[in-house]
Amino acid sequence: MNLHSFKRGVHPPDGKAYSNSQPIKVVMPPEGAELVFPLSQHIGAPAAALVKKGDEVLVGQKIAEAGGFVSSPIFASVSGTVKAVEPRLTIGGGKVNSIVIVNDGKYSEIEGLGKQTDYKSLSKEQIIEKVKEAGIVGLGGAGFPTHVKLNPPPDNKIDSIIINAAECEPYLTTDHRLLLEKTDRIIKGLEIIMSLHPGSKGYVAIEENKPDAIEAVTKAAASNSNIEVIVLKCKYPQGSEKHLIYAVTKREVPSGALPAAVGCIVDNVNTVLAIERAVVKGRPLMHCVVTVSGDAVKNPGNYQVRLGTDLGWLLDEIGGFSEEPGKLIAGGPMMGTALFDTHVPFQKTTSGILAFTKKTAEIPPASACIRCGKCVDVCPMGLQPVEIVGDLNKKDYAAFIKHNGLDCIECGSCSYTCPAKRHLAQTLRVGKREAIAFSRKK
Amino acid sequence: MDNNNLQNLTVSATPHIRSNISTQGIMRDVLIALAPAAVMGVVLFGLQAALIIVISVCSSVFFEAIYQKLAKKPSTIGDLSAAVTGLLLAMNLPATVPFWVPIVGSFVAVIIAKQLFGGIGFNFVNPALAGRAFLMASYPNQMMNYPQTTYGVKGIATTIDAIASATPLQQLKQTTEALIPTSQDYINALVGNVGGVLGETCAVALILGGLYLLARKVISWHIPVCYIGTVFVLTFVFNMLGGTYRVPVYELLCGGLMLGAFFMATDYTTSPMTDKGKIIFAIGCGLLTTIIRLYGGYPEGVSYSILIMNLTVPLIDRFVKQRKFGYVKPVKKKEEAK
Repeated sequence: MNLHSFKRGVHPPDGKAYSNSQPIKVVMPPEGAELVFPLSQHIGAPAAALVKKGDEVLVGQKIAEAGGFVSSPIFASVSGTVKAVEPRLTIGGGKVNSIVIVNDGKYSEIEGLGKQTDYKSLSKEQIIEKVKEAGIVGLGGAGFPTHVKLNPPPDNKIDSIIINAAECEPYLTTDHRLLLEKTDRIIKGLEIIMSLHPGSKGYVAIEENKPDAIEAVTKAAASNSNIEVIVLKCKYPQGSEKHLIYAVTKREVPSGALPAAVGCIVDNVNTVLAIERAVVKGRPLMHCVVTVSGDAVKNPGNYQVRLGTDLGWLLDEIGGFSEEPGKLIAGGPMMGTALFDTHVPFQKTTSGILAFTKKTAEIPPASACIRCGKCVDVCPMGLQPVEIVGDLNKKDYAAFIKHNGLDCIECGSCSYTCPAKRHLAQTLRVGKREAIAFSRKK
Repeated sequence: MDNNNLQNLTVSATPHIRSNISTQGIMRDVLIALAPAAVMGVVLFGLQAALIIVISVCSSVFFEAIYQKLAKKPSTIGDLSAAVTGLLLAMNLPATVPFWVPIVGSFVAVIIAKQLFGGIGFNFVNPALAGRAFLMASYPNQMMNYPQTTYGVKGIATTIDAIASATPLQQLKQTTEALIPTSQDYINALVGNVGGVLGETCAVALILGGLYLLARKVISWHIPVCYIGTVFVLTFVFNMLGGTYRVPVYELLCGGLMLGAFFMATDYTTSPMTDKGKIIFAIGCGLLTTIIRLYGGYPEGVSYSILIMNLTVPLIDRFVKQRKFGYVKPVKKKEEAK
């Protein structure tokens, strides 16, 4: 079979065997539990709270509305009482203004929730409005409001809709499980997006390490000749938007431009499913699907969790740790966020919780660069990491920008591969922000 | 386990996992790859060769350790790079050199070429080659005294004994006639049954080691293939131009080309980082080697051409970049004005 891919990249061990055969289990927070809804869990302006302390809320009730065009509303995932609107610790490590709801355990739903609609009877504007009013953002991790993505500027003719099912991050298996368990609904979601852009082709891009998912999707999509399953080479960062577009269409998104510039819309598996749920089933985004895995977890698996649920509670609920973890990560091991406290809420973009033993989490000490050029060989953006990191170490931001340092996607391939274990991606992550501040000052 | 009082959680920036490639692992692979040629050196030139290797490796590691102790720097002998330098230096010495020669060579290689410039990753020329160049300039008698192999062969068999001490390249240099190697000469060059320094003669062992490095992805194909290819093509081209006649294939098996192309020119620190840069570097090495061999004063030019090209690496790395993903050609100002 002809495998699609991009140039360079790395091959970390995938660690998916821990959880890829575990069906998604639905976990409900208990009565009396506090659910925390940060007002900023997407890219763009924070949402504005619609409720105040003491208010009674129902499942599916909008509790915060979009704070601007690039923003997204938030919906209550349980019924209960608003305890407070106050800053709470989130996965990102900082305190974010959040709505705190105490679950009454009844799950009483708001009126009109779950009203079925035939999407073919809706206009383009109505569909986009439904997506917007369901609080859907990019669930692959970035959290970019989906309604903005679905409605690019009119001079961008969209001809390719790509479902990102690469799941190139090691350990994570939620996309894999969703493809197997919700195959038909994902295809329907894709058809909904395709209907917004008449004449467009649909692609489901899956890495070759998920043969059962490839088979299931191929079968489900057989009736629609406009949908094609693309088998991708197993490589990191295959799921990076720009590299996925290249793998599928051989088009390169120009530096600084969005996918729409090359006629593409890319959405994650779970996002497409959320679109289907919002448009066809009339239900807003109220849960996330997460992989709990790693060698310090007793029962690795995949779980559907109500948004706002306490992460530490879930870890206890499913059996906790097999030994004391040395590191906890929200997301994948390549780009996820290390946690210092388990008492943070699940939010829209959470896709996994990994617990590593001290041994696995250990990062060897950095030594001198031997100028082997391995970072240059793997950089998916075609940059010279050793050179731009050198610019940053010299605080020469002008040279950093000249050497295209701002094009770095922070995928971490350079740090992963470095034989001297130097902190290249870490330096780039901080340095990019410093360089942006530097260029603004100028 | 209760997650309410988790302690000792590491919080660090991404990525949270690392590959198992390490500097030490890479150097160990180089040592393994050099082993067949080193063993062949001992087989061909006797136990004296083994002693030279041991002295050279030990003194290189010793000099690195003592320098770092005196300079109060953390010791890096564990990364095995000093051992690699010592072994490469030994392989560039004739088996008959007195025992102090590898010690002086190691001093120049490790202390002067490497540590004084900042240690691993900062040397501007290949340390082992710098050591060899120093020895060649300072002790030409000892360094140019190439012994016979234990099987009694020195150079090309077709020539008369009149040519005294000789490696095949020296013989070719000293005669004006066109020497056509016989099939026995090819076999001798492949197994290393010719005169030369102790690690360069056995082409088969060196190629085997080179293939190991390629298979382990320690080196890429760019430098060895382009270097050897350039020597082959240029020898052929210069033959056509006249004034010299050398057999291109035999030329590849002679002298230090295999050792240089697989093990010396590919030194990370002193070769370019991009693939395009590596190709330019290797073609430069091949060009200089061929010119020195055919027209220069020395019979062999591998080490000097690599040293010279080492000096161009910062320049190559500055100007030769890989193509950036999503690169857009900057719009020229004229077009903007329209």
